[in-house]
Amino acid sequence: MNAIRRQFDKIRRPFEKGQKLERFAPAINAFETFLFVPNHTTQKGAHIRDAVDLKRTMVTVILALMPALFYGIYNTGYQHFNQLGEAFTFWDAFMHGAWKIVPMIIVSYIVGLSIEFAFAVYRGHEVNEGYLVTGLLIPMIMPVDIPLWMVAISVAFAVLIAKEAFGGTGMNILNPALTARAFAFFAYPTYMSGNKVWVSEASAVDGISGETILGALAAGGNVQYSFFEMFEGAIPGSIAETSTLWIAVGALILIVTGIGSWRIIAGGILGAALMGFLFNLWSANPLMSFSWVNHLVVGGFAFGIVFMATDPVSAAQTTKGKWIYGVLVGIFCIMIRVFNPAYPEGVMLAILLMNVFAPTIDHYVVNANIQKRKKRWLTQQENLKTA
Amino acid sequence: MNHKKGIRTRRGANIKIKGGAEKILGNEPQSTTFAIYPDDFFSLIPKLLLKEGDVVKRGTPIFYSKENPDIQIVSPVAGKIEQIVRGPKRKIERIIIQAAQEQEVELLAIKDIEELSAAEIKDILLRSGAWAFIQQRPYGVIADPNSTPKALFVSAVDTAPLSVDFEFLLKNQKEAFKMGIKVLSKLIGQAVQLGVSPLEISHYEALEDVDLYTVEGPHPAGNVSVHIHHFNPINPGEKVWVVQPEDVSNIGRLFQEKSFSSKRIVAVVGNAVGKPHYINTTLGAEVAPLLEMATVTSENSRIINGDVFTGTATASNGHLGYFNNQLTIIPEGNQYRMFGWLPFVDNAIPSLSKTSFSWFLGKNGYDVNTNLNGEERALVVTGEMEKLLPMNLFPMQLLKACMAQDIEKMEALGIYEVVSEDFGLIDFANTSKIEAQQIIQDAIALMIKEVG
Repeated sequence: MNAIRRQFDKIRRPFEKGQKLERFAPAINAFETFLFVPNHTTQKGAHIRDAVDLKRTMVTVILALMPALFYGIYNTGYQHFNQLGEAFTFWDAFMHGAWKIVPMIIVSYIVGLSIEFAFAVYRGHEVNEGYLVTGLLIPMIMPVDIPLWMVAISVAFAVLIAKEAFGGTGMNILNPALTARAFAFFAYPTYMSGNKVWVSEASAVDGISGETILGALAAGGNVQYSFFEMFEGAIPGSIAETSTLWIAVGALILIVTGIGSWRIIAGGILGAALMGFLFNLWSANPLMSFSWVNHLVVGGFAFGIVFMATDPVSAAQTTKGKWIYGVLVGIFCIMIRVFNPAYPEGVMLAILLMNVFAPTIDHYVVNANIQKRKKRWLTQQENLKTA
Repeated sequence: MNHKKGIRTRRGANIKIKGGAEKILGNEPQSTTFAIYPDDFFSLIPKLLLKEGDVVKRGTPIFYSKENPDIQIVSPVAGKIEQIVRGPKRKIERIIIQAAQEQEVELLAIKDIEELSAAEIKDILLRSGAWAFIQQRPYGVIADPNSTPKALFVSAVDTAPLSVDFEFLLKNQKEAFKMGIKVLSKLIGQAVQLGVSPLEISHYEALEDVDLYTVEGPHPAGNVSVHIHHFNPINPGEKVWVVQPEDVSNIGRLFQEKSFSSKRIVAVVGNAVGKPHYINTTLGAEVAPLLEMATVTSENSRIINGDVFTGTATASNGHLGYFNNQLTIIPEGNQYRMFGWLPFVDNAIPSLSKTSFSWFLGKNGYDVNTNLNGEERALVVTGEMEKLLPMNLFPMQLLKACMAQDIEKMEALGIYEVVSEDFGLIDFANTSKIEAQQIIQDAIALMIKEVG
């Protein structure tokens, strides 16, 4: 460790205060803090500090994403070979998926981090770690065959418009990863929906039935998968959102480490189950009669409620607010699925919608506290008058 | 004495650190110099009455408050003003007094307590300098003698890491404590609110003129703000006074011995201390002899006047603060940790987050140091501050209002009910390394300036 440390001290010399590359210090600092937790000591306030920092928090989220990502990589290959009717092994499927997905992740990180670094240097603050998660989330929620340049443009749009325009990490209103997906969804609809985009290289083959379950239902078709197939995730869909099983493992990591809000996740499941159940009672079309249990395991709902809705910056911030926010995400997700056949999957729009309303929810929760305090002041003044 | 229903809090956390004080009381070491730091009195602007070389007795006024000239700070010992240390803009940082061999005192003419009126008691406290022991909420400043408090709280529970045990501290000064309570309750014309640990309640049951309540829960349950919030929350324009338990004794001794009392029992603690124990001393005493008595083990260490959350760092040639009963010494943490940001790495560092196994390893106490364990970042994680403040207010929203200097919002969210020490644990635990105490302190300074 000491040898590396010495080497790094040498490299960073031109970036020190008063040296010629001083302006670019945030860039070199970002690399340094990646290697080492700095030797900074407390200068004011509490003299000891918790071991947790934003980097550790974000890395924990990345860990939680890993099961879903690996399954997504495998499933990409599985869908591809399965639809082509070729014989394949687990490794064939995995390698095919990796060959497709790893470049997307690399593009996402290069484009996004370049913008983040540029803004950090320009604004003179340190590089925040938030993009480590966003940059991984974006490829995970795209269809597998989306061209890399579209990934790059979506990333640039999300980082610039959804995040930096609002002031950077911690200030954004919308979840940046979902904004990237929404951008791609509306800018390049032919690459983002239909029944050809969900299976790798499906457009090159005729007679493929690669539509998603929700897509099939919205078109009035039937579902040919069992609950356990949908739960396990060997179904067509965006890269990492298909396997509720492995997403649940990620959710467990988030909840046990306390990084993700269990209230939002529980609220979301509650809201979706409730809405699905009500629609089941009504049962006017295939989507309405689609069992509420199945609603929870198909489409992007599980991925969205676990990894997107729990983004602490764009979610509600108060304890009560988190429950309300989670339940409403669940309700709107199922409602959009059922009522709007143009968007068979509702979770993206439901979360973005609730992102916009999260500050309002918090406003009312906090305001209740403020009103209580004000009421106490008024009673005190009245008591003074009568006394 | 009157029993009240106690407080039991759940929110908060105890951080167990190695080096807690053994219940041994060391004799007062020979200190040659004593000092007063005007910064110990928040928002007070000192006006000097003496200059370097002047001779003082114990109880001789050294400076007074520019805002309120009745408030004066007196010398804790007899001797000579050796040096007035000034910082930038000629700000007075420290007044160093060279102690004399003969300890002379300023004697005051004080009648028997039974014959004194509230106004006379106030006058004695102001003239003697003991008024500085009375703090006022909101804001945590020295009490305004022209105001009337709606209550006076004393918290004999300290839940901060390595904190003192007040029962041990007050064991040999029961009479003085009793007298102090009597003086204070006469001063405000009502019973003093006294918070105690349920384990120690029997030691206080003989007291008169108090409303006794028990306090249970993790830190910051012992903070007096929590008690005030629970029993008698502060509305705009209202004042609550606060006195520390040992200063109640000092006030009591003033009326017994008719001179200013500046006694302190200090616990020298921390994981850089070889023999952590209690030492009899005087406020403002040199820390060097105390460090020697407790054998500090690490060269590269930080000496803190107070506890690890709220104390102020001082040098090895520094002096005790005016109010603290605790001197904490911990190693500096100026080392790098390779890949230390990985979850479940470096589990020996205390963490309230479940991204570390430290909760499992801390049964025998942690070895702590002063490393920041990261860098300051934007506020991202939500919900962690609420878990650490047992009050019905929104700490993160309040901090944001304070950063934005939005006075109306700060009022609405409860700035009157907190002081910076209540955010000590939040300072420690928040993921973004936000300096919460500094933000609250600056906001309170702004409130004093704009609202008064």
